[in-house]
Amino acid sequence: MNHFEIIVIGGGHAGLEAAVAAANMGCSVGLLTMDKHAIGRMSCNPAIGGTAKGHLVREVDALGGVMGKIADKTGIQFRMLNKSKGPAVWSPRCQSDRKLYSEEAYNIANSTNNLSIVEANITRILIENKKIIGVGTIDNKDFTCSALILSSGTFLNGKMHIGLTSTKGGRFGEQPSTGITQSLIDLGFESGRLKTGTPPRLKKDSINWDILEEQPGDKNPQPFSYSTDLSKFPFLPQLSCHITYTNMKVHKILEKGFEQSPMFTGRIKGIGPRYCPSIEDKIVRFADKEKHQLFLEPEGLDSEQIYVNGFSSSLPEEIQFEALKNIKGLEECEMIRPGYAVEYDFFPPHQVDLTLETKLIEGLYFAGQINGTSGYEEAAAQGILAGINAANKIQGKPNFVLKRSEAYIGVLIDDLVNKSTEEPYRMFTSRAEYRLLLRQDNADRRLSSYGFNFNLIDENKNKKIAEREILINECIKLFHNIKIHARDINNLLEKNNSPLLDSTGSIAKLSKRAELNLKDLIQFIDVNTHKIVKNLVSDKIAFEQVEIELKYEGYIKRQQELINKFEKYESANIPLSLNYLTLNALSAEGKEKLNRIKPRSIGQASRISGVTPSDISILLVYLKK
Amino acid sequence: MDKIQSDDTIAAIATPSGVGAISIIRVSGPLAVSATDTIFSGKSKLIDSHTHTIHYGNILDSNNNIVDDVLVSVFKAPNSYTGEDSVEISTHGSSFISQKIIKLLLENNVRLAEPGEFTKRAFLNGKIDLAQAEAVADVINSRTEASLKGARNQLDGLLSQKVKSLREMLINTSSLVELELDFAEEDVEFIQFNELQKRTDSIINEIDLLLNSYSFGKVVRDGVNVALVGLTNVGKSSLLNYFLKEARAIVSKTPGTTRDVIREEVSINGILFRLYDTAGIRISEDEIEKEGVIRSREVIKNSDLILFINDVEQDYPYDLFEELITLNKQENIINVLNKIDLNKETKIKSDIKVSALTGEGINDLFNLMKIKVFGSSNYSEKNAVVSNLRHYNCLKKAKESLIEANNSISSKMSGEFIAVDLRNAENNLSEIIGEVTSDDILNNIFTKFCIGK
Ligand SMILES: Cc1cc2nc3c(=O)[nH]c(=O)nc-3n(C[C@H](O)[C@H](O)[C@H](O)COP(=O)(O)OP(=O)(O)OC[C@H]3O[C@@H](n4cnc5c(N)ncnc54)[C@H](O)[C@@H]3O)c2cc1C
Ligand SMILES: Nc1nc2c(ncn2[C@@H]2O[C@H](COP(=O)(O)OP(=O)(O)O)[C@@H](O)[C@H]2O)c(=O)[nH]1
Ligand SMILES: [Mg+2]
Repeated sequence: MNHFEIIVIGGGHAGLEAAVAAANMGCSVGLLTMDKHAIGRMSCNPAIGGTAKGHLVREVDALGGVMGKIADKTGIQFRMLNKSKGPAVWSPRCQSDRKLYSEEAYNIANSTNNLSIVEANITRILIENKKIIGVGTIDNKDFTCSALILSSGTFLNGKMHIGLTSTKGGRFGEQPSTGITQSLIDLGFESGRLKTGTPPRLKKDSINWDILEEQPGDKNPQPFSYSTDLSKFPFLPQLSCHITYTNMKVHKILEKGFEQSPMFTGRIKGIGPRYCPSIEDKIVRFADKEKHQLFLEPEGLDSEQIYVNGFSSSLPEEIQFEALKNIKGLEECEMIRPGYAVEYDFFPPHQVDLTLETKLIEGLYFAGQINGTSGYEEAAAQGILAGINAANKIQGKPNFVLKRSEAYIGVLIDDLVNKSTEEPYRMFTSRAEYRLLLRQDNADRRLSSYGFNFNLIDENKNKKIAEREILINECIKLFHNIKIHARDINNLLEKNNSPLLDSTGSIAKLSKRAELNLKDLIQFIDVNTHKIVKNLVSDKIAFEQVEIELKYEGYIKRQQELINKFEKYESANIPLSLNYLTLNALSAEGKEKLNRIKPRSIGQASRISGVTPSDISILLVYLKK
Repeated sequence: MDKIQSDDTIAAIATPSGVGAISIIRVSGPLAVSATDTIFSGKSKLIDSHTHTIHYGNILDSNNNIVDDVLVSVFKAPNSYTGEDSVEISTHGSSFISQKIIKLLLENNVRLAEPGEFTKRAFLNGKIDLAQAEAVADVINSRTEASLKGARNQLDGLLSQKVKSLREMLINTSSLVELELDFAEEDVEFIQFNELQKRTDSIINEIDLLLNSYSFGKVVRDGVNVALVGLTNVGKSSLLNYFLKEARAIVSKTPGTTRDVIREEVSINGILFRLYDTAGIRISEDEIEKEGVIRSREVIKNSDLILFINDVEQDYPYDLFEELITLNKQENIINVLNKIDLNKETKIKSDIKVSALTGEGINDLFNLMKIKVFGSSNYSEKNAVVSNLRHYNCLKKAKESLIEANNSISSKMSGEFIAVDLRNAENNLSEIIGEVTSDDILNNIFTKFCIGK
């Protein structure tokens, strides 16, 4: 068979989500990838989640994606980061068993109905009348399709560097992808070049673990996925990470290699991420820092390999090795593989729409690293969105766009499209202006109804979420109404160093006090009159939601007001056909940027850099035709 | 496209300001009539009146002091320029009074209109056609373009510099808060609550300075109106001429528009003084002079400063002084005694003694005028000052947000709660200088801290 409704090129984290979602929505999907055993492979860090990335995983899961499920199944250490701060910035993270992760990914892809996995190296994109019609392989086989999702990761003209030696490849031991870039440039696309890197891997037995600081996982680990069975979780034995530091001697040794650094000698042209610098970069840019923290992370239960997080490098192999041997605990280490840098082509993402469909070619979608992002989670988030939109298109359904006020996924794509990107884009919580609302704990409340509508979430689960939503809202209402008497509660207040009441106070109001929690306050409620409170107490998740919503009510309300203020602009649509060049009143820069990005709404237009407030007024005036 | 409903009420001065002219404040939106009612006292409530009616009355401030007597025209939706409920308040021309009325409206759920917003509403409500709207849009745009090209005066340059540096301070502070949120796992030191508070406090202080400069800034921007009043032959015209000679730059020379009032603009130490040589304010039998008297009274009413000039040869005209007080305020009057070069004994009361012939004492007179206008504050044209009401409002909002942030800091809330208000404050400052980019904080973190594994 060589026709699919939807073809996905590349079984990385973006491609996997896209293929599985589109297939579950009922489309025939071909996942065309170079090596089926590399599906869901982790190129770099054997970890999922982290600040803001953990939010993305929870959102992908709430929409019905697979990343959270695989991570739960194959995780060997789970931590909730930022637990000492407020709930909006708690972020789940896990260490994964690298091998098991990609096996599980393959199993899911393989067992999904309507989804065929085909091993192929695609070199051509086939177009007719600015519409996608198929792809061609390196050995001249053609596949036809109505929609194509391109998620080829770091493979487009991939080039790896260690010292002054460079080899072609998308990832250690894997071929690059050639042909696709040129075929897109011929169609009028603009491409760019980015760079990323990975640290060396060490042999587990060669490290002196006894003298290193241990970092264990959480005592009560929490899964990513809403559908993971808590009674079986965690599925695997749990391991610790360890912490060590570089020192001045290490820095001196690394400096010896600078003359042979592909970065410093200018051999690497691509732009690397500033938030993920190589060790040589850190030494140069922060010269007065005497030591840098390193995490030694296990790559799996049975794996011999240890990942040296924080020591990404493309210096010559000998230099990396000599430097490592001068680090505490690594004196006797054996290096299985040196770190390296990889350069690859990407397509500046102003060329896609908020649905991830390209503006130039109908039916062609870009998802993942190809859009200039970096990271598995960012890739997965785009993957599921592209998959849903491609399926919607085939089935004649409306586009699916998430707003910045709804999800980190919305922030991610809106940023990419409107600001484009010059360095690899990573998610941070500070990118989300409505951070207090977009919490990892309420991702299902925000998004699962979408997942259900797309048939990516089953009915039972959906029903449960809907029932819980009612419970949460009724309890919040109730707690505003129930008042506790001073004579009943003042004892407790005194014990907690909390100001005493004169007459009465509502549960809602009292729960805002930092020194009190909802559990203490609920004791004062007569559960026989208010039976619903019993239900709340027995539902841990709902209870947490009520407590958070009450405690931070003032802040949450203010963010909601901001959203409402901008909402009318977000829903004021601009036709894609609008010709900005004819609107003489626009500022020159505004005209050029608007024409380039073709925003869908006034709200989106207002976020484009270079578009002034008066440009927006003018647009408003013009659009009221 | 979906219809964008205006749910808020806007106000702006619709005419260029200037002494002697009438200035019109336009208010439009659902609260236009009721908001005006709260600051207006007339025969009846405006809300009960019909469309297209005119009402005489007073604008009162929150202490029920009369700000000005005005004419208010009421237009009810859809029969108005914008198609919404609208009000036009005609005041006496001083821009001080117009701005004061706007300020009162802003305290009553009205916000300042953006450039062209009345026209935008008119267009959105189908009151004007596309071609008309385009014309307005062109005007708005060319204005923006001009300001982008730096055609703004030095005053605005200094203010945006100052606001930029405040915004930078804020971004630095926000970065320290965000650092702890997004990079908790990193090996960097995080900011303490008291240090954070110190930083927000110092930004609040700086904003306060700017807010306090508003009255000075307004004067610098709009100029100081000075009336020269006195009997015939005391030397009013001579003093005016001396000023013109002394001033380094003569801003403009407008020949008297009537034969009664002569207006000259001079810039003294960078401050614009608009000098009015009044002919006289006493009611004369002469029909022709009557009109001049009315104009003179108007000028005196709207002056920021009155130089009441006498000379050593005549008696002090107490009745004239009394009249000045009824037209303006005693504290705005400077008693100037002229012709001291004649060395004549006199008991006439004076705040300052000068000679328009030799120039003696004129410098002291300048200084006295400056102190009268600005008080003893230390502002000078070298300081950043706020002279525009929109800027003033943005700064006020920024300050309010920072106070909210301080509340969160004192109750030891986690950083993301503090960040909300820091971000709002930053947005308010950005609105003044017209740039809003959310990546500044991350960029700042990446350059200042060693982040990343
Ligand atoms: C060396 C290295 C270091 C990295 N370091 C970091 C880091 O420090 N931090 C971080 O956040 N992220 C890092 N990443 C990035 C992270 O791995 C990616 O962001 C993420 O995997 C992107 O997912 P993706 O689905 O877009 O593509 P990938 O996971 O790269 O998957 C692409 C898939 O497409 C297939 N493919 C490509 N071209 C073709 C073709 N023509 N025909 C058929 N199949 C094709 C490939 O075989 C592969 O399976 C690094 C990546 C590499 C390679
Ligand atoms: N000696 C002397 N004469 C003055 C002085 N100021 C004005 N005069 C004279 O007083 C007369 C009237 O002056 P003028 O400026 O026309 O007075 P106005 O009617 O108030 O405008 C003229 O003859 C001037 O020369 C002064 O300071 N000293
Ligand atoms: Mg005269």
